[in-house]
Amino acid sequence: MKKKDFLIAAAVLLLAGILALVFRFAGGDPGGSVQVKVDGRVAGTYALVEEQRVPFDTKYGHNTLVIEGGKAHIEDADCPDHYCEQQGEISKTGETLVCLPHKLVAEVITGEASDVDVVAK
Amino acid sequence: MATSRKSPTGTPGRRVALDGILVALAMIFSYMETFIPFNFGVPGIKLGLANLVVLLGLTFLPAVDVLLISLVRILLSSLLFGNVMSLWYSLAGGLLSFAAMYLLSRRDDISLIGMSMTGGVLHNVGQVITAAIVVRTLQLAGYLPVLLVAGLVTGAIIGTLAKLLMPRVQKALQSFQ
Ligand SMILES: [Zn+2]
Repeated sequence: MKKKDFLIAAAVLLLAGILALVFRFAGGDPGGSVQVKVDGRVAGTYALVEEQRVPFDTKYGHNTLVIEGGKAHIEDADCPDHYCEQQGEISKTGETLVCLPHKLVAEVITGEASDVDVVAK
Repeated sequence: MATSRKSPTGTPGRRVALDGILVALAMIFSYMETFIPFNFGVPGIKLGLANLVVLLGLTFLPAVDVLLISLVRILLSSLLFGNVMSLWYSLAGGLLSFAAMYLLSRRDDISLIGMSMTGGVLHNVGQVITAAIVVRTLQLAGYLPVLLVAGLVTGAIIGTLAKLLMPRVQKALQSFQ
């Protein structure tokens, strides 16, 4: 390896570290609810204090958003990769669960759950 | 396609033969990779074995050829082992990392490992950008730190492999007249 190779590695690690810190401090506060978007459009917002299972059946497929003990995760996904189910639980603002094949993103936000439940056809 | 007869690889026939061999090799690597479980719960992290072909190819073939080899490899492997979506992810990652590795290949203060690390990192950046467009959310940037480090690690592994293979490849090229 040459000197410049180490420089590249150091620069990337530095950038990753800075980004990780930024994202940590940008979010981090306990959130109020989980907002689910499909195709970039808000499909619904769900309070984290409420224990609930919300099924999503979109034209892309099925996912269930599960809120338990103030944390949210995804179950019963029929996407090919099942990455969304393996992303664990989210509870702090800015944290996300993503199901790429189903174009579904769940994000913890500070706000309360909206009354209008547009979801789950 | 470039039709230069003064290719640094000898006769046009030899050049086309080399291109074909490298496409075949890249396809084998892509296929092998479908057996390597490399699952971080984050899409897009792959070892990038096929990148070996780009790294080595850039040392003895015109860049156009290597670009075409990559494009053909991406098209064929998405068709055979993936789907339409994986084609877009691979294209974004592949083109971005190719551009970076090509630029670095013309510098002599950066080794194959440096090239490969940059390629690995940019491959993942390309995939995150594509994913952010697909789900129309910038929140995916949250995966960048993990993906940057992952690209660096996989790039270092592939770069080291390329460096180890280089002497053998050069020997083989000499006997392949
Ligand atoms: Zn999923």
